[in-house]
Amino acid sequence: MQDSWDIAVLGGGPAGGEAARAAAAYGARIVLIDEQARPGGQVWRAKDTAREDVGDSSETAAGNLHRARLEKSTVTFLSQARLWHIERAEDQWHLHLLVDGCSQRHAARSVILAPGAREFVQPFPGWTTPGVFGLAGVTALMKSQQCPPGRRSVVSGGGPLAIFAASEILRLGGEVAAVVTPNSKAEWLRCWPEFMANPSLTLRGAEMMMRLKRAGVPILWRHLVSRASGDPTLRAVQVTPCHANWTPRGGESAIEADALCVGHGLVPNSEVAVLAGLTPQYDAQQGGWIAASGPLGETELPGLYLCGDGAGLRGAAASQNQGARVGEAAAMALNGQRPGKTSHRTSAAERFGRAMTRLAIPQPGLARLTDADTIVCRCEAIPRRKLDAAIDAGATSLDALKSATRCGMGPCGGKYCLTNAARLIGEKTGKQLADIPPPVPRPPLFPLPVDAVGAGFDYDNLPIPAPAPL
Amino acid sequence: MNSKYDIAIVGGGIMGCATALRLAEGGMKPAIFEKGDLCQGASGVNAGTLSLQIKRVRLMEYALRGHEIWESMGDAVGFRKTGGYTLAFNGREAELLEHRQNLKREAGAPIEFVSTDDLRKSEPGIAHSVVAASYCAEDGYANSSLTGQYYRAQLKAAGIPYFERSAVDAIETDGKGFTLKIADTAVYVPRLLLAAGAWLGPLAAKLGFDLPVRARVNTVSVTERMPPLFATVIGHATGLLTMKQKPNGTVLIGGGWQGLGSPETGRGRVNAETLAPNVALACHAVPALKTARLLRSWTGFEANVPDFYPVAGAVPGVENAFMLGCVRGGFTIGPYIGQLMGDYILGRTLERPLFETGRKFEGAN
Repeated sequence: MQDSWDIAVLGGGPAGGEAARAAAAYGARIVLIDEQARPGGQVWRAKDTAREDVGDSSETAAGNLHRARLEKSTVTFLSQARLWHIERAEDQWHLHLLVDGCSQRHAARSVILAPGAREFVQPFPGWTTPGVFGLAGVTALMKSQQCPPGRRSVVSGGGPLAIFAASEILRLGGEVAAVVTPNSKAEWLRCWPEFMANPSLTLRGAEMMMRLKRAGVPILWRHLVSRASGDPTLRAVQVTPCHANWTPRGGESAIEADALCVGHGLVPNSEVAVLAGLTPQYDAQQGGWIAASGPLGETELPGLYLCGDGAGLRGAAASQNQGARVGEAAAMALNGQRPGKTSHRTSAAERFGRAMTRLAIPQPGLARLTDADTIVCRCEAIPRRKLDAAIDAGATSLDALKSATRCGMGPCGGKYCLTNAARLIGEKTGKQLADIPPPVPRPPLFPLPVDAVGAGFDYDNLPIPAPAPL
Repeated sequence: MNSKYDIAIVGGGIMGCATALRLAEGGMKPAIFEKGDLCQGASGVNAGTLSLQIKRVRLMEYALRGHEIWESMGDAVGFRKTGGYTLAFNGREAELLEHRQNLKREAGAPIEFVSTDDLRKSEPGIAHSVVAASYCAEDGYANSSLTGQYYRAQLKAAGIPYFERSAVDAIETDGKGFTLKIADTAVYVPRLLLAAGAWLGPLAAKLGFDLPVRARVNTVSVTERMPPLFATVIGHATGLLTMKQKPNGTVLIGGGWQGLGSPETGRGRVNAETLAPNVALACHAVPALKTARLLRSWTGFEANVPDFYPVAGAVPGVENAFMLGCVRGGFTIGPYIGQLMGDYILGRTLERPLFETGRKFEGAN
């Protein structure tokens, strides 16, 4: 199957959904491509239809509004579709998608990438124990299935995500044993100006904090989860106080729990942009490696636009605003127009998003959690000591380390381990993270059924080239 | 001008590293300058096939020696001698197979033809639509991604300095030696070997020598871990498929299907248009592959000159400058031709001849 569009938008979250809607308002033929059954992205993920009985959170409600607006627009929503490759040829972008077990090719004059962010977890002893969840992963679980991850949970992470997850666990009838955060109260108070400028976001935060307070959930400020234990499943979570740079201070105490939700910030999904041909640059304040884009999402490649957290962490509210601007600009550009003067002033929502991002950016001391026996690459079961040995033997780039150890060569394609591997290289060699670029992403962007790509050929019609010279 | 090194080797792939080791063994002090990481170009991203059945007739003796060297490198490079089958699925391919494999056998490769019954007995996972097959017990593979770490260890043990992420921007010669400009530093050496694979052409041009190097953009793919599907290296009568299942269960699919891009414009890119038939051909040979998932596809630049024979010897008209590259089957032959190159620079008698660098290339512009 092959289809041709004016603009293809990848990612149906706040940024991509708004970009699609804004572009459609200009009469352009738009396809919005998303992995999920319904638009919303991670933050506005729709409830599973079997759970309509449970009351809506503010995030579900915001998502419902987003979905209703898209429904009313002329945007074509292509659901449960995953992009595995992107190429530019003959003045068009070609998107290769996996839909219903088959590969489809869609062509578009312009592409807007809004692939969002994924979570980062610094490995610590016991982090692969069943019962340990990623913090962002568990919010996805709760948003769709409307159930808490366990009976008694410990929730840990920097920034607002931990507070949100803990509050949702309570709302859904679970118990929260503790919230463990490396942030201090003072760091939160320093975000006062951003809170004042964004009353509705602040009110939502206050609501979550009130819920924790009413349930008597202890908040352990300047603490980290240092260990998870239990066999075969999680029984206890060890926590330790930490310094301002997140270095564990030592001295552990145990909290009984059957679920641990832990995350250490988000990483922009920049792989699609880089596969399309852009060069990633390092910006710690925006979450790490991102491809450069202008205020209207424009990039150095023709017809390729970026928006949302995938172009640098900014949060849902700011992503929504930015998505609308980028969608409009992309649609106008197809008609040879440019939007009127846009203000380069950072919006209040964006400042809020950046402030919250700042609270969640992992600080260097966090790497101390990973001891020699801790598995860093889960797919290939590689402990830190093997990576250390390979770095000592001269593998001082991610490409070299990957080749030497297979770190990042498993099904996740390095999405979960290479950020950590880069930190290990930095620690041993003294190199800055900005000098340890990620390997060039290779298609398919996720494990792709062989039959989806190799299907539909008769042997006699295979375009086999001439044999090699004798 | 004094120099810390007797020779600079530009390019830290298999050939550059193998030459450096031979030179150090012979008492010279080489240093390697590599624009990326050691063996991260074609040396480290190829499919790792060591098959005499796909080697060129005239290079067979070199390939046989290459196999011996890879075997001696052993586990450190993931060497496995599994034997290999080459398959034909119709009469035309069967004829091609017979013609080509006979010539290779005459050139010294221990290739035999096997019945389809025997093939099915030893490799039940291979499609029953095979009409003819050849077998070579010497065939196998190594893990190309381990070559970088292997040579790092070898170079360190031999005390050979290597400089990664050190692209040579300019080369100046004063008639006696060469000054290499690498970012802000200059290195003076009395001798120079260019062994930069697909990037050999622009370097030779810096010495005023016009070498018509082109690059093929070969695609390689790997699946997730699978239960055992087949045990040998599998090829196709045309040479356009190579396949092996690694001890960890992943299946590597190659065969020289062409991606996009060029060494001059940066990285190569996978072309979905050629990836699809490459994978379809693999599934045709081993039907159970259809149930696998593809984890990654990538490309590597394989350099060649128009006659597809190696460039290995002195740079014509430039004293004390040498070049090595464009070896068809370079992964197999690389460690050996590197040794020959080292011997040549050391002034030793060569076990086998190198390849005239000043020859006329047919079809060259």
